Amino acid sequence: MKEPLLRVRDLKTYFVTERGRGTARAVDGVSFDLYPGETLGIVGESGCGKTVTSLSILRLIPEPPGHIRPGSFIEFEGRNLLTLSPPELRAVRGNRIAMIFQEPMTSLNPVFTVGDQIAEAAIVHQRLSRRAARARALEMLRLVGIPDPEARLDDYPHQLSGGICQRVMIAMALVCHPQVLIADEPTTALDVTIQAQILELLERLQAELGMAIMLITHDLGIVAGSADRVVVMYAGQVVETAPTPELFTRAQHPYTEGLMASVPRLDRPPAARLHSIPGNVPAATDWPSGCRFHPRCPYAWDKCRAEEPPLLETGGAGHTARCWLVAEPQRRMRRS
Amino acid sequence: MTAWLVRRCAAAIAIVFAVVTLTFLLIHLAPGTPFVPSDERVLDPAVVDGLRRQFGLDRPLGVQYVRYVVALLHGDPGYSFSLRRPIGEVLATTVPNTLLLSGAALAIDFLLGAAIGLYQAARARHRADVVLGNATLFLYSVPTFWLGLVLVLVFGQHLAWFPVGGDRNPVLYPSLSLLGRLGDRAWHLALPALTLGLVGAGGTARFQRAALLEVAGQDFIRTARAKGLHERRIWLVHTLRNALLPLITLFGLALPFLLTGAVLIETVFSWPGMGKLAADAIFTRDYPVVTAAALLASVMVVLGSLVADVLYSVADPRIRLGKGGARA
Ligand SMILES: Nc1ncnc2c1ncn2[C@@H]1O[C@H](COP(=O)(O)OP(=O)(O)OP(=O)(O)O)[C@@H](O)[C@H]1O
Ligand SMILES: [Mg+2]
Repeated sequence: MKEPLLRVRDLKTYFVTERGRGTARAVDGVSFDLYPGETLGIVGESGCGKTVTSLSILRLIPEPPGHIRPGSFIEFEGRNLLTLSPPELRAVRGNRIAMIFQEPMTSLNPVFTVGDQIAEAAIVHQRLSRRAARARALEMLRLVGIPDPEARLDDYPHQLSGGICQRVMIAMALVCHPQVLIADEPTTALDVTIQAQILELLERLQAELGMAIMLITHDLGIVAGSADRVVVMYAGQVVETAPTPELFTRAQHPYTEGLMASVPRLDRPPAARLHSIPGNVPAATDWPSGCRFHPRCPYAWDKCRAEEPPLLETGGAGHTARCWLVAEPQRRMRRS
Repeated sequence: MTAWLVRRCAAAIAIVFAVVTLTFLLIHLAPGTPFVPSDERVLDPAVVDGLRRQFGLDRPLGVQYVRYVVALLHGDPGYSFSLRRPIGEVLATTVPNTLLLSGAALAIDFLLGAAIGLYQAARARHRADVVLGNATLFLYSVPTFWLGLVLVLVFGQHLAWFPVGGDRNPVLYPSLSLLGRLGDRAWHLALPALTLGLVGAGGTARFQRAALLEVAGQDFIRTARAKGLHERRIWLVHTLRNALLPLITLFGLALPFLLTGAVLIETVFSWPGMGKLAADAIFTRDYPVVTAAALLASVMVVLGSLVADVLYSVADPRIRLGKGGARA
């Protein structure tokens, strides 16, 4: 297999909560790799640390209250992003690694035109002249399929719809042809039909420009359709990782199973379609002992409460799961 | 835009008219009359009667009011009882003086205030921010005249770096070169402008810091950072530009405040401007001068909000005066 483009190792991002009520261990030892040109899906329920993980990569965590713990390691192009100097970091942000966000409407600056906002990164990173950057911006608007791009160039964000704003965000992120695009729930705030269009656009741009995409979502349907590999997160940790087809046919972690059962399916009677995982995601200030999923797990036994499982090889290629069932599969049989 | 401007101007005229009317009534109904004998002035009752007749003060209030308004509409603000000069002539020297003082103070207020606010916001919760925060709170809460007196005592009296009052050197001024005259005026302007400006800057800085920090937490600032922009550009371009909007509103509100603030400061520094003129006129019941001052003050208020609205629409693309609606 190829060398990974981005290597995240033991990433820990903690937040000091208000009035010293403790430390929220939002991301607590996350490791994964991103390979060139692939789409890596990152899934998990709300609050499991997906956004914090992605923001940590570009060091966009608000500090205070947050901080990335020493010992964390994010390797990109042979360097640890976490120890870069500010100028080195700026040369990566928006240039080698770009990011788009969940709320396209509020992620664009309301007082500048769309054209200026797209051109800005090209001016800063590629030292283009204003005119050349404007031409670049126009080219990008065309590339992301915005109708009548010349006219949109001088529009302000409030004049555009959410779907168009997200296309503008994508144009802005890709203006310097980054190696990595981090997309944090890029379609969550959009209508279903627009969602599909944006995902298609990302797929097409990836084929044309060849960047790797980290696609963050809580929707397994999106992952099934777009991702090559999947990282499942729970309670600030990676609980399972596998190539997409492998994950959907042989999920090992009960949490992943639960997520899949909660996706609406047409091949089941309506009453049985929706099935959500019982219980709530625990608070990031006190994760449960042992396996963090054990209070919600239908298979949990003593060992799960006492001992935290590591990521175990399941046998499938590139498939690991943080679950004792991998070591003792007979326990799964006994219950069902 | 034009329709909007016409509507705004009509409203402005109505407000100014209402203020003039109210001031006219209040000052005429206030106890005391002009032309009272005092220690310095011994006035024969017959002379007083003659003066009252001459200025129409013996007529019913309604008649006086109509006469005043008619004259005003013809551009004649009347005649000052106490100064024995046409008010137009008096205003021609006092208004520029006040505008000079207020303008300088306004510049100090907003340039210094916005700069301090920006510096603080970019270093929020650090030591420099805390120190400056205490300094601006002090300036903000100190009475203007008190700060004026302290500055006079320290820099005027004790250190004698600046003159203690007046707007020019009464003896030397006529013999100075043009440059010398400008220097002399600036030197006299320094303390009163600094007093007014510093007090304003305290409030402006606090306001600006809060506005900037509010913007700094927005999603689009995170976007700017993710783009790889320099922190300086993030603050000076992306954040400041958005935080300018509330500052413009503050600016509109500050315009008239500077005029009223000038009343006390002009008295403290014997600055021959509108504020001092109005304060003196109230004590001598110089009716037309008081009304003229109120008229000017209300014009400032109305103008201030008008200027703010226009600036606001320039600064914020979401507000285009008279135009509406999103396109796509
Ligand atoms: N600015 C912050 N201050 C304090 N705690 C924070 C902050 N941002 C995130 N957290 C903590 O990190 C945890 C994980 O948040 P994160 O936004 O990464 O979740 P997510 O997986 O992206 O969820 P969602 O699907 O809702 O976006 C939160 O539960 C919260 O406790
Ligand atoms: Mg999130």
